[in-house]
Amino acid sequence: MTGSKIKDSAGYRIFTIFNYLFLTFIAVVTLYPIYYVVMASFSNADALSLHSGILIRPLAPYSLEAYKRVFQNALIMSGYKNTIIILLAGLCFNLVLTAVGAYFLSLKDVMFRNVIAVLILFTMYFSGGTVPVYLNIKSLNLMNSLWSLILPAAINTYNLLIMRSAFAAVPDSLVEAARLDGATHFKILKDVMIPLCKATLAVMVLYYGVAHWNAWFNASLYLQTADKFPLQLILRNLLIDNSTSGMTGVMDADDAVRFAEMIKYALIVVSSAPIIILYPFLQRFFTKGVMIGAVKG
Amino acid sequence: MKKNSSNKNNKSGESLGVRVKKDLKRNYSAYLLVLPVLVFYGVFAYKPMYGAIIAFKDFSPRLGILDSPWTDLYGLKHFLSFFQSYYFGRILKNTLVISFSTLIFSFPAPIILALLLNEVRNRRFKKAVQTISYLPHFISLVVVCSLITMFTSHNGMIVDFLSVFGFETNMDLLNNKKLFVPIYVISDIWQKIGWDSIIYIAALAGIDQEQYEAARIDGANKWKQMLHVTLPGIAGTIILLFILRIGQIMNVGHEKIILLYNDGILETADVISSFVYRRGILESNWSFSAAVGLFNSSINFLLVILANKISKKFSGTGLW
Repeated sequence: MTGSKIKDSAGYRIFTIFNYLFLTFIAVVTLYPIYYVVMASFSNADALSLHSGILIRPLAPYSLEAYKRVFQNALIMSGYKNTIIILLAGLCFNLVLTAVGAYFLSLKDVMFRNVIAVLILFTMYFSGGTVPVYLNIKSLNLMNSLWSLILPAAINTYNLLIMRSAFAAVPDSLVEAARLDGATHFKILKDVMIPLCKATLAVMVLYYGVAHWNAWFNASLYLQTADKFPLQLILRNLLIDNSTSGMTGVMDADDAVRFAEMIKYALIVVSSAPIIILYPFLQRFFTKGVMIGAVKG
Repeated sequence: MKKNSSNKNNKSGESLGVRVKKDLKRNYSAYLLVLPVLVFYGVFAYKPMYGAIIAFKDFSPRLGILDSPWTDLYGLKHFLSFFQSYYFGRILKNTLVISFSTLIFSFPAPIILALLLNEVRNRRFKKAVQTISYLPHFISLVVVCSLITMFTSHNGMIVDFLSVFGFETNMDLLNNKKLFVPIYVISDIWQKIGWDSIIYIAALAGIDQEQYEAARIDGANKWKQMLHVTLPGIAGTIILLFILRIGQIMNVGHEKIILLYNDGILETADVISSFVYRRGILESNWSFSAAVGLFNSSINFLLVILANKISKKFSGTGLW
């Protein structure tokens, strides 16, 4: 046999054509709902309510009315603010605790490491359950406080393990050398580990950040007053429970019906825009986390 | 986790007490660092586990966990009343139906996507499809579920689209109890197909190119290469993930269910976790729903252990 390539069979060439078509179809189906929402949000309210079927471009006359109403709504704006507070404060706790926990688990010469590792891993597979967790937050007096969304979410054990894999991959010799120089563990973590694992730390920022941005359930359990609600909980109340009561003051009754649909679309755009805009640039970090997570130590 | 704690001190034959002392002296700064992490797990993971004993009590907030009285029937009252209730069969069935449906349809989908992408030679096209397919993973569940609700409403995009094929309805699809599972599963595929394919794409990239070369020299066409090189190359990953997925079979998360269901379709949509949420949080049946939750998490735990054992036996790797 010579090294010459076997020509693709006719069957394979047909397959290739269908493969490209099918994958294009998948991409379109994935993207279209999002595209539809964006187009609908810029459309004319009356035209939209009469329209049926697919939407290629906004229905004229274009209108920013829905966005105006969304941005004028005090509740939505406070939701944005609360989400950003939770996100920033949460990330501080996330990064510090995940880094120290992961560093500890990556140490090789510590007696109680395995015991602690088992205790931590166990929590991934067994939990007290919804009700005891809820009662715990109550007994800690965290109800109706943003801390109830920050503290219990301070460590995600799966993320902790990703971080640990990264630390464990740092050559032992570097750690040993620092130890011989008399460096404390804190100093090794700060000056050796973290500078070497910046990329994984970026993965952590993204994973925790997206989780905070998208979280709604705990907020619905623990928060009672609407002025503390994060964006996603407000979205849920407006979009799914259809309680447009939060929109009063912005809409009178007729308007409410007329614009309800539009406002929903605009809300979805406004709440998802930060992630969708950042996503293409950060994609490689996101996927990196999956790879590290898959390679277990 | 590896069991590699090669404790140097072991060799010297010192007593445990001396070794602990030496370790603490040497590594106190490490223990100091990990202390807040231990406090976190203690307060937010282990304390609620202790709190789960209310499943065996008649919990009243006034008395607290410790002083609330144990129930009749040796503390098992709530468990027995759950097993005897009408809801037991219903939510167990729904949990399994939804779980197996996602297993049958959502599990293979990312594998197929990865295999198809693997045959694409145009790198740009491949990259574009990948990037687009990951996107739904980052869209919040609230938004995903509101899209589902809007599109499946009687005047929504999907009903409009279906009417082209002669399917007419003036009912919101989510009010039809027969359609809940299909809607749940199809949207699940939409959300996960791309992101879940990453791991398979990585496994495919790890297949030694020389194997393809060898197969070609042996005269294998593309189909045979797929059958004899590609599939065996990712079989280990598939088996591992499949077994781990089986370990989650009784675990259907409550968030998506709660966002999608309504009182009219509980018959097919209510699962164990959403039942616990409704009874416990909304109706304040603390002890009863803690019992249901504990029953569920115990089964989940056993299944994970079992899955891990099987996985280790077949593929040599497991969760720990």
